[in-house]
Amino acid sequence: MAETGSPRRLVSPRPPPVPSAWRAALTRWLAPTVFLAPAVALLLVFLVYPLLSSFQLSTLDWNGLGEGGKPVGLGNWLRLAHDEIFWRSLRNNFLLAGLSVTFQLPTSMVLAVVLDEAGRGSRFLKIAYFLPLLMSSVALGVIFKNVYDPTFGPINAFLEAIHLHGPDWLGDRRYALLSVIAVICWQNIPFYMLLFLAALAAFPREQGEAAFLDGATQSQIFWRIKLPHLRGTVRTAVLLSVIGSLRYFDLIFVMTGGGPESASELMSTYMYRTVFASFQLGYGSTIASAMFLVVTAVAAVALRLSKRFETEV
Amino acid sequence: MARSGRSPITAAHVAVPVLGVFWLLVTVLPFLFTVFTSLKSMEETFSSEVWALPKRFCLRNYRAVLQGAFWIYVRNSVFVCAVSVALVVLVSAMAAFALARLRFRLNKPIFALIVAGMIVPPHVTLVPIYLMTRGLGLYDTPFALIGPYVAAGLPVSIFILTEFMRQIPRELAEAATSEGCGPFRLFWKIFFPLSWPGLFTVAIYGAIHVWNEFIFAYVLTSSPRNRTLPLAVWDYQGLYASDIPAMLAVVTLTSLPLIAAYAFGQERIVKGMMAGSLKG
Repeated sequence: MAETGSPRRLVSPRPPPVPSAWRAALTRWLAPTVFLAPAVALLLVFLVYPLLSSFQLSTLDWNGLGEGGKPVGLGNWLRLAHDEIFWRSLRNNFLLAGLSVTFQLPTSMVLAVVLDEAGRGSRFLKIAYFLPLLMSSVALGVIFKNVYDPTFGPINAFLEAIHLHGPDWLGDRRYALLSVIAVICWQNIPFYMLLFLAALAAFPREQGEAAFLDGATQSQIFWRIKLPHLRGTVRTAVLLSVIGSLRYFDLIFVMTGGGPESASELMSTYMYRTVFASFQLGYGSTIASAMFLVVTAVAAVALRLSKRFETEV
Repeated sequence: MARSGRSPITAAHVAVPVLGVFWLLVTVLPFLFTVFTSLKSMEETFSSEVWALPKRFCLRNYRAVLQGAFWIYVRNSVFVCAVSVALVVLVSAMAAFALARLRFRLNKPIFALIVAGMIVPPHVTLVPIYLMTRGLGLYDTPFALIGPYVAAGLPVSIFILTEFMRQIPRELAEAATSEGCGPFRLFWKIFFPLSWPGLFTVAIYGAIHVWNEFIFAYVLTSSPRNRTLPLAVWDYQGLYASDIPAMLAVVTLTSLPLIAAYAFGQERIVKGMMAGSLKG
């Protein structure tokens, strides 16, 4: 592109009428501007501006009505620092992240290995396993609210059949959060399963066969050869599920709304409730901004750690 | 895995089918429960065993739902989804072309910033976008959803398409340029059509996300005639609070379009869904 105006152009069957200086300017800055403008404009309006605006709103005491609100400086942030519900939400978010990494990812890995080994039967299994990912969270939330229903739900009906008395899964503050987390994992497992499966499929078959002929058992092949090969994928999966957990919203909102008594509250559901149920736009924006800071900090640390890990190994 | 005859029955031979079937049940049973219950009459739900098959298929629930406002939700969903996905594809393809193929000073920092946009939690932007929507007079219209949906889809789509367009052979672009093809024709005649697998992936990923998106739709619209399908479930939940079969009939109906699409284009859709995981 740099050599516009070189003699080679004269051979071209249709000599372009555009003068070369104009053309050079066109490729140098006009074209990138035109091509990037729509994307940059949309991101500025719907991502960057709202993000900054959220921090600005966090300094206001405002019920959302009328013009603006009362500036309170860092008042909301001080309140946040002492807000027990916020800290509980944060803890719940980290519990979700922890269970996602320790329960959801290993389960996904086992299922990916199962599919990888299943050969011909795996096609049908894959189709079925994948269904939860196509569902909207509201639909899943409604389904599982009924599944967990203490009187009419199948879980307690099953427990009844073996003479156990099931609790009110979503209504009891001891079980509410864990019950929803189980559904969140259920919904996300197929995603990570496919992620691992794709990596397993890319594993050079000869390597496994060579190890097998050398007398390695299947489990040795998995732990010593395949899993190290999947290291990068596992890292990506951990990063995705931690970040996803810290900003999670949907199923908690649909199934418990953060209750009972904020027992299953997450940062995002607490933010939602503060803004749209208690009409505290300023304080809600403080929670939202705090959530952004938490996610960004964790993502930055995780990326740095995974980079160091990458160079070490 | 090819196994030589040395160990005819390994633990894997037992574990694989057992685990495979176990997870199949875990995945499918909630859906079966949903469909069965949606076919029962209300009395039957409360009287019979949970897992009993419906005594006779009761389509009354489906009829009631389909005669109601259901189709308005469908229309809104189709409209919002089509417009948002078309815009995401076009806008991200243009940006990706600039980032992959044009040389300019801010190329790298712009790419890095756009990719960083992937980690922004959507809920952080919810309140300002709500205020903005009210200010623009778009509150409670399907149009209010398009901007946020397109912007939410852009970072990952630009990331995928930039990677994709970098793979297109450089010689092709150079040959076209030496033929006198300017950047605009280069994009429209060569890069856009050649990137179709990438565009397809981005479109599917975006479509599934938009089709199922809940919270922005919930906050930015309020009346049933302007709402999308996920809110049909939500609104009916308020309407039929105690009529579990009707409720689950709505769930089944709203889930059918994507499941039908999935039956047709399974491989492509799997690829599209995976696209989002390319990099966190």
